[in-house]
Amino acid sequence: MSVAVIQFGGSNCDRDTVQALASIGVSAELVWHEDGLPADVDGVVLPGGFSYGDFLRAGAMAAQSPIMDEVRERAREGIPVLGICNGAQIGCEASLTPGAFTTNESARFQCEHVYLRVENAETPWTRQYDEGEVIELPIAHGEGRFEIGDERLEALEADDRILFRYCDAEGNVTPEANPNGSKHAVAGVTGDRDHIAVMMPHPERMSLPDIGGTDGRGVLEAFV
Amino acid sequence: MTGYTATVTVRLKEGVLDPEAETTRRALERLGFELEGFRSAERFEIDLEAQDETAAQQRAEEMTERLLANPTIHDYDIDVDQR
Repeated sequence: MSVAVIQFGGSNCDRDTVQALASIGVSAELVWHEDGLPADVDGVVLPGGFSYGDFLRAGAMAAQSPIMDEVRERAREGIPVLGICNGAQIGCEASLTPGAFTTNESARFQCEHVYLRVENAETPWTRQYDEGEVIELPIAHGEGRFEIGDERLEALEADDRILFRYCDAEGNVTPEANPNGSKHAVAGVTGDRDHIAVMMPHPERMSLPDIGGTDGRGVLEAFV
Repeated sequence: MTGYTATVTVRLKEGVLDPEAETTRRALERLGFELEGFRSAERFEIDLEAQDETAAQQRAEEMTERLLANPTIHDYDIDVDQR
């Protein structure tokens, strides 16, 4: 598989993502958003960073970039698309996925490790894990609080579209273990179809033993 | 064509937490002010030329729906005045 990691002005996890994918044998290339999606691409990552300086709202500007029309079209055709952190904000702003990621409850930028409980282990992003398994990944965001209307959230839960929830080391979802005040502790969701997903925690930053762990590798395995 | 200014106010929907406003409210209270509530909103002013007020309103609405507001978390209102 050849994965396009899309660079916007202000993306900064793009190279890490290419390296993390290479470490599991996935060929990935950096694609500048103005250059459009290469025809032979069969996977897309919207990487983390601070596209357009987070002006207006995190992800709002990048979501309007013409390359996102191509991403939506290829996603409809069935290629896997993953938004990580700022990429998750872009994915929601571009309506690839439901909801919005907005200002942390603390009103601060938070950079720390969190535990996540795997809610649905039958998606391409989570099939390497067991349902209920607890993994540890870093977060680094100021606008990561998942927000959505109550009815839409209930529908997402009924349709099993929650990938991960913030939890404690034992897998208990508690207010204390929710780092940013996300509604129902949601850390990642899928789009209309489960090959489209976004998540605030960084799987690519936990993909090599040398950088502290490999818990995130399973997410990236969707591209294998 | 007539010149108009569309003033777009974007605010969080009722019930959506506004941590920055909450922090600011606490700061005001620390300064000794008494207040019952505190909300923040963003205001954008768009100067544009349009056939009439309805057309100006419509274009400002399109801009707001497309970019300035996120319908998942925001409500907005738009006032159009002739310049």
